[in-house]
Amino acid sequence: MHILRETKMIVNRLKHLLGAGSALVSTLVLWAMPASVQAEWALNLQRPVTEIARVQYDLHMLIMYIVTVIGVIVFAVMFYSIVKFRKSKGAQPAKFSHSTKAEVIWTVIPTLILIVMAVPSTKALLLMEDTTESDMVVKVTGYQWGWHYDYMEDNVDFFSKLTTPQSQITGSEAKGENYLLEVDNHMVIPVGKKVRILLTARDVIHAWWVPQLGGKKDAIPGFINEMWVRADETGTFRGQCAELCGKDHGYMPIVVDVVEEAEYQAWLANQRNSG
Amino acid sequence: MTTTVADHHHDEVPKGITRWLFTTNHKDIGTLYLWFSFIMFLVGGAMALVIRAELFQPGLQVVDPHFYNQMVTVHALIMIFGAVMPGFVGFANWMIPMMIGAPDMSLPRMNNWSFWLLPFATSLLILSLFVPGGGPAAGWTIYPPLSVQGGMGVDLTIFTIHILGMSSILGAINIIATIMNMRAPGMTLMKMPLFIWTWVITAFLLIAAMPVLAGAVTMLLTDRHFGTAFFDPAGGGDPVMFQHIFWFFGHPEVYILILPAFGIISQIIPTFARKPLFGYTSMVFATAGIAFLSFIVWAHHMYTVGMPLSGELFFMYSTMLIAIPTGVKIFNWMATMWRGSMTFETPMLYAIATVALFTVGGLTGLMMAITPADFQYHDTYFIVAHFHYVIFCGSVLGMFAGVYYWLPKWTGHMYDETLGKWHFWLTIIAFNVTFFPQHFLGFAGMPRRIPDYSLQFAEFNVISSIGGFVLGFSQLILLVVVIKAIRGGKKASAEVWENPEGLEWTVPSPAPYHTFATAPEVK
Repeated sequence: MHILRETKMIVNRLKHLLGAGSALVSTLVLWAMPASVQAEWALNLQRPVTEIARVQYDLHMLIMYIVTVIGVIVFAVMFYSIVKFRKSKGAQPAKFSHSTKAEVIWTVIPTLILIVMAVPSTKALLLMEDTTESDMVVKVTGYQWGWHYDYMEDNVDFFSKLTTPQSQITGSEAKGENYLLEVDNHMVIPVGKKVRILLTARDVIHAWWVPQLGGKKDAIPGFINEMWVRADETGTFRGQCAELCGKDHGYMPIVVDVVEEAEYQAWLANQRNSG
Repeated sequence: MTTTVADHHHDEVPKGITRWLFTTNHKDIGTLYLWFSFIMFLVGGAMALVIRAELFQPGLQVVDPHFYNQMVTVHALIMIFGAVMPGFVGFANWMIPMMIGAPDMSLPRMNNWSFWLLPFATSLLILSLFVPGGGPAAGWTIYPPLSVQGGMGVDLTIFTIHILGMSSILGAINIIATIMNMRAPGMTLMKMPLFIWTWVITAFLLIAAMPVLAGAVTMLLTDRHFGTAFFDPAGGGDPVMFQHIFWFFGHPEVYILILPAFGIISQIIPTFARKPLFGYTSMVFATAGIAFLSFIVWAHHMYTVGMPLSGELFFMYSTMLIAIPTGVKIFNWMATMWRGSMTFETPMLYAIATVALFTVGGLTGLMMAITPADFQYHDTYFIVAHFHYVIFCGSVLGMFAGVYYWLPKWTGHMYDETLGKWHFWLTIIAFNVTFFPQHFLGFAGMPRRIPDYSLQFAEFNVISSIGGFVLGFSQLILLVVVIKAIRGGKKASAEVWENPEGLEWTVPSPAPYHTFATAPEVK
């Protein structure tokens, strides 16, 4: 019987240890592991390739550290209480039931923490919503179920739909590396240029989201939203629709090729000729 | 009604099915609500298992995408409107009159009707799954234009929501009237148990919020069938307006879902810490503060719709602000435990788990409050993880705590403590296995409401699905616990626990059919 009680006490403590432990471990792992793209067991945001995505990533890490510290403190205090202030250990209950000083302290300190968080958050938002002085503009339209890209200044437009075959989805064929993240026509943009993206939709609300490029905005029928990206490096970046839009919401991905300026111009010319 | 007639019927508990159809007794109605809630919890849970079965592996194996979307939608509607809200009304019915020393609720016949609306309404919702076109599949948030596209399942859902809303509003009126008018002499407002405070504040939130939802879904109905264009841009309307109206209801709604749980654990922790609740006045004001602030944060559910910058900033600041009174409550519970003399029976285990795990959900909520960061989190599994931590660990665990705490009072028998502990540990561990990895899925880029996903999300989805199945089946233990306690077990005293505070512990266990026919004196 005694052993049983001891085991129960240990298991009790383990629960709290587990809570604080996993919070601590995940923060340490996140800190140690740089964000990686499309890795299995990914614990953090994808690696940013634009200034906005980088700002988001840094802000995300800052607030995550803060909330992890708060969480660890809360768990540690509760864990300590459970171990120390138990009747089975002979603890006598104290009589106090209030303390104005405590209430003030634990109202003021969180308020200060929030102010500390609000400053960089405000700056980041101001940066993200500033679409002025862009180098080019692309209009993106969400459809059920695919995207339409319109390079309005260059008279180039095309649809972009999922190319993963049904056989892979139903499992009769092995799934490819870019399963559900591949399309027929990629969006192509030049590296280092501020691209203003106009968003709208033809039927229901969709949302355009490429994590590495940062930012996500809804594509709303009858309305035009805007966002901007300026990619710092070339490469292929993938994303997905991020607003439930019907049965194939999970099947309308986005693929963006960021290329050197020369290659972009060549692609544009090609599109104009064949279009 | 004269005293003699009352005495004559005093010990006669009605029998048979008509007892349950026509009862105006708050204990019977409480029982009806609680059983209904539990059944809905299992039904909604089964739908969750369909979801987790499909997400066990990449690819489509179990259901087609349209049915999957119906499961996602109806799972949420059932859990929110069929399990959590009625469950708390069940607690309100059972406990409010006893805790304030009143013989029953203020409006007993309306009380009966408030309950019986529920099975009728939820049958409509379940029926929607079987009509042509299937059930609603636009998410429980039913945004137009997608929800305008749906078949008659959406109309059935709209009717369901109207009827459920009516039930909630009537229940709220009853609760306010009872608490304001029927407290025993000597029980001033600042002497009310915190469970009473949280419920009266919740009742005001219900009355303010539910009509707004009714308005939103009615406009959806007329857009669908009567030629209006509230949300149709082709007719000059705005889909985003629906979101504003919906979330103006939706945010107070989530506080409606959590405040009664906060009340329950405020009763439980002092009992098992053998120490008074810390900071009673602070707790009352924090609860009121949360309720007030809940009306000015709604657009944090809509950060990506394209609001003007000033709107985005305002809602970021107001949402961050609501963390303050919530934190105050957490700290007060911790201070109640501090230097107490604690024992860890099942109600206390659940109450502590509620505080600890709700804190996890609250902290991820703080992360989401930050608008620029939310641009990465919005509509991903990070959000799904967040709201399951706050709703399951806040509301549902809070209800489990209350069930174990008050079951001996309701049934007259102690529940099986070993089974209770098994239920607790399996639930807590399985819950974390299911939902903690979903934080990572969200970070990694997995959107929500998708039946299939790309390969890098596979590992955590496997873990989450395994956890989900263990979590779901573990709830059957609670069923066994409850049925066992109803049928027998160690006899419970009036006090049940060691020196608990509250008028409910001054009546025998099981509580007689009629209690406090004469009001007690409260010092």
